[in-house]
Amino acid sequence: MTARTAADAAATRPALGGATAEGAAATATGGEGAGAGFRAAVEGVDAVDRAAATAVARAAGAAEAAEDVVLLGVRHHGPGSARAVLAALEAYRPQAVLIEGPPEADVLVGLAGDPAMRPPVALLAHVVDDPARAAFWPFAEFSPEWVALRWATKAGAEVRFIDLPAAHSLALRPATGEDPATDPGAAPGGSGPEAAAAADVRVDPLAVLAETAGYDDPERWWEDAVEHRGGTADGSPDSGDPLAPFAALAEAMGAIRAIHGDGGHLQDPVREAHMRLRLREARRAYERTAVVCGAWHVPALAARTAVAADRQLLKGLPKAKVETTWVPWTHRRLARASGYGAGIDSPGWYRHLFTAADRPVTRWMTKVAGLLREEDLPVSSAHVIEAVRLADTLAAMRGRPLAGLGETTDAIRAVMCEGSDVPLALIRDRLVVGDVLGEVPPDAPAVPLARDLARQQRTLRLKPEALERELDLDLRKDTDAARSRLLHRLVLLGIGWGEPARGRDSKGTFRETWRLRWEPELAVRVAEAGIWGTTVVAAATARASDAAVHSATLAEVTATAEACLLADLPDALPVVMRVLADRAALDTDVAHLAAALPALVRAVRYGDVRGTDSAALGEVAAGLALRISVGLPPACSGLDADGAAAMRAHVDEVHRAVALLPDPALRDRWAAALRSVAERDGGIPGLLRGAAARLLRDDGRLDAEEAARLMGLALSAGTGPAESAGWIEGFLAGGGMLLVHDEKLLALVDGWLAGVPAAAFDDVLPLLRRTFAEFEPGVRRTVGELVRRGPSAGRRPGGAGAEPGLPGFGATLDPARADAAAHTVRLLLGTTTTTDLGTQGEGEADDD
Amino acid sequence: MTATTSAAAGAEQALRPHAEEAFAAELGALAAADDRPRPARWKLSPWAVATYLLGGTLPDGTVVTPKYVGPRRIVEVAVTTLATDRALLLLGVPGTAKTWVSEHLAAAISGDSTLLVQGTAGTPEEAIRYGWNYAQLLTHGPSRDALVHSPVMRAMAEGRIARVEELTRIPADVQDSLITILSEKTLPIPELGTETQAVSGFNLIATANDRDRGVNDLSSALRRRFNTVVLPLPASAEDEVEIVSRRVGQIGAGLDLPAAPRGADEIRRVVTVFRELRGGVTEDGRTKVKSPSGTLSTAEAISVVTNGLALAAHFGDGVLRAGDIAAGILGAVVRDPAADRLIWQEYLETVVRERDGWKDFYRACREVSS
Repeated sequence: MTARTAADAAATRPALGGATAEGAAATATGGEGAGAGFRAAVEGVDAVDRAAATAVARAAGAAEAAEDVVLLGVRHHGPGSARAVLAALEAYRPQAVLIEGPPEADVLVGLAGDPAMRPPVALLAHVVDDPARAAFWPFAEFSPEWVALRWATKAGAEVRFIDLPAAHSLALRPATGEDPATDPGAAPGGSGPEAAAAADVRVDPLAVLAETAGYDDPERWWEDAVEHRGGTADGSPDSGDPLAPFAALAEAMGAIRAIHGDGGHLQDPVREAHMRLRLREARRAYERTAVVCGAWHVPALAARTAVAADRQLLKGLPKAKVETTWVPWTHRRLARASGYGAGIDSPGWYRHLFTAADRPVTRWMTKVAGLLREEDLPVSSAHVIEAVRLADTLAAMRGRPLAGLGETTDAIRAVMCEGSDVPLALIRDRLVVGDVLGEVPPDAPAVPLARDLARQQRTLRLKPEALERELDLDLRKDTDAARSRLLHRLVLLGIGWGEPARGRDSKGTFRETWRLRWEPELAVRVAEAGIWGTTVVAAATARASDAAVHSATLAEVTATAEACLLADLPDALPVVMRVLADRAALDTDVAHLAAALPALVRAVRYGDVRGTDSAALGEVAAGLALRISVGLPPACSGLDADGAAAMRAHVDEVHRAVALLPDPALRDRWAAALRSVAERDGGIPGLLRGAAARLLRDDGRLDAEEAARLMGLALSAGTGPAESAGWIEGFLAGGGMLLVHDEKLLALVDGWLAGVPAAAFDDVLPLLRRTFAEFEPGVRRTVGELVRRGPSAGRRPGGAGAEPGLPGFGATLDPARADAAAHTVRLLLGTTTTTDLGTQGEGEADDD
Repeated sequence: MTATTSAAAGAEQALRPHAEEAFAAELGALAAADDRPRPARWKLSPWAVATYLLGGTLPDGTVVTPKYVGPRRIVEVAVTTLATDRALLLLGVPGTAKTWVSEHLAAAISGDSTLLVQGTAGTPEEAIRYGWNYAQLLTHGPSRDALVHSPVMRAMAEGRIARVEELTRIPADVQDSLITILSEKTLPIPELGTETQAVSGFNLIATANDRDRGVNDLSSALRRRFNTVVLPLPASAEDEVEIVSRRVGQIGAGLDLPAAPRGADEIRRVVTVFRELRGGVTEDGRTKVKSPSGTLSTAEAISVVTNGLALAAHFGDGVLRAGDIAAGILGAVVRDPAADRLIWQEYLETVVRERDGWKDFYRACREVSS
């Protein structure tokens, strides 16, 4: 049984000798031992030679109340074991209860009786100056250890934890390299890759027993032999001697360990030596002692060994200064391998088995029906009846004593869900795993996260001050870069100490400005954030992964990705990228994709600036850009005015973003998409077509001839005036210099404007006014001049209009016609307002 | 599945013998080896029925061939359902062996898979309840002798398994005549003032297609009488390639198409494309893709490949190439011209284009898409 490191400990400690090389690997399955004899005991038959059993049982000190010690071998997180332990404790009434766990936690036992303490909770032990090296021992309501703990605090019995002190086990940890992949992203609800590959090489005692009993799946065998034994019709846990099953289990484990030795759990002898020593102490002090430990250890604890030999084993172990505390836990986190190395994937089901008074299957089906009804799925009592019957019949057919999770799930699928897996996923999420969140009383010792933060504040010389101050960071300096990372991480964790502010000089990407202000309630935030991890970096990583998984929109995910780069959380990036790629693939809304791209491209560039590896990010960005290119033309059609305006903003953003991407092929694809928008006539609003044409023109992908042709199309008589005005707005929004330099375009606009019927003019005017109002004054004036000069351009070379007079313009100025148009032009140029409509004047002179 | 009247054709001449005839030896061996409790009128215990479907080796060395390749739990739930008094509804897209499973279940449990009602839009109530022999009715008046028993009625009287194929194709009012049969286990005959009560051993297996549109959905009253088992599409690409190749071979032989030895690559491609689009994720599990509205079942993959073969044989060089299947794939994938076309193009651009050795396929698809 080994707790796992909860963060990315830098595995830089020197190796501590060969003996420990695989020491910490003694894990995962170590505590899960169970007994074939147990099964025999449960079934009350055969297989066990009774006499032998009794002999071993006596040796194991389990059978007779006269003994001063009983060894209660359990399966961690097994509700059946928990029930049996409770019955055994009630019957035996020990004065002291010894529990497998770090002895440093002895001082915290009192808190377990606190009414404010609600499981699931976990014992956390961490190295004082390196909180990343930490281990958790989680307890659920149905954990045998928890049951024993609660029983002892209620009955007034002494509780001691007897496993190898965390001071040693944590000191051993980094050297063993046991923990390369333990996900620091232990985000509640996140489903990161299980780092459980560890277990397969070593002997799994459970698998051996299950195989012997003819089961292919050890979990199922456990359920049948142990967990379901309390589920008899009357619900009574056990009719006979409550200690008898433990004796049988001890005997079976003895047989297994006789064959397999320590099963490759190299650290076990040391741990068991320590347990034996503690057990001896307790025996001297108390008349009746009960030990609750993984069944695997029972034979070792029962063995008679020399005290000196045990002491010898424990000599010279490395030591670290360790602190312990209680932290709240969740069912989702129970679902992964952790402290006891016994990850269970159905904590909700186990909890149900433990808490249901009787008829667990019936009650479970009722719960499920309730959940489905809440979700508006019609489930009647008849469904529940049929589901229970089907589950029972299935169990009978599969030769199991009672329907287990597998049978109930199959029955629910067939009867209540009409064969569909969709409601089943809901049931799994809400019931089989469940949302239970533990609580810890406020007077529990501080979480390591706060310590880690304090430590970093010291190293980086960033004092938490209530007074607000500004902090300028130059990211090229190491300390400043570290400060920036810390602040970004805290922002991710919702600890708003620093707030990014726009720097005075916002031009360089290597500068950052923060406004710092430490509020007292931030300490509470830190405590809350403690659930995410033991160090700032681990917590931020977990939080970021979780945020990505649970974010509502694609843009949120890209924002998280950007934050990950800023906060330098490389371990969170794969998860975020995964979510991002999935979301991008499934999102059908081009607007969403387009909203997500800019942040992503920015993130790629930040990554470049800071030297982080952003290759993966670049790939995702490229994929996103490709999807947008494919989806753009259809997404542009059928939009109303507001939708078109929103889409144009997206098109602009994407255009800028794509330009920053390295792959020229992507830019070509994007240009092709724009061209298809620009050239499609029906369905796509003029605004977007104009904008697309303009973007292409600016990039030199559309020559003047082509642009003129497109404009001619858009402004020809067949197109409605409003549509044409929209086109002009889209086309000219990028600035009016184009009109100054290309008089052909200007002539087209001019000709169109002159041809707009009076009735439509009022509608068109605001659009045009808006368009021209956005020009720079100089451009506006030049355009005005050009229009005023009009046909005379040819005779007055110089200025902007160096070309000769253009086709369609007369040779001289026609004052009468010019006056008629002058007012309109003034309106367009914004030199007068519509209220001045009546006053004709020489306004242009002022402009000059 | 074609039901041949066993009276008309002896076992030797039958084009396709019934399951209970084809596998009589296995059923016999199972019955001999089976010492577990059997529900009333069952020929085998539930365990033996499951073994018959899933295959296995008996203690006496008889090898039972697997009839259904798929998750064990599906067969177990199906058999268990039939042992309770709930009826069994097998759901699935076309080509998932619904009919096949129902035939073998009936053969193993009752030794008789012929009590079959084929559901169509024109299935009358008589097919499920009973009809009248009018000559008899006119000469002798109403009596039990003048009744024409439906397969369901016979199954009730004899305690066997009745089968209803394509239940959702049957008009809703006719479907609902099953409700009394399934809940009260009786079939009233008001004309005679009598009824036929089901004896134990009777149960009903219905099959239905859950992806078709325009079918008659089951009323919730009827639905509640069924336990539903969804038969999945093949789990692995290997399985599916195997199924498609085998069926294509058979169909090709039937149509006298030349064998296409080098077509295996294209078959794999079709299966890969179908699986990826259906599953919404690429086979390497790295990229998600959108799923189109069509079912993309194995049966459709088979027809795409068969079409391609026909194209290759009659208009090409006799070798199945990317170009021969591109059009077929497009037709199978793009059912909804707007949404599906976009999905298909995105799939082409983001997945197919990048893939090694798929250049020709990509080009062929782009050609037919544009």
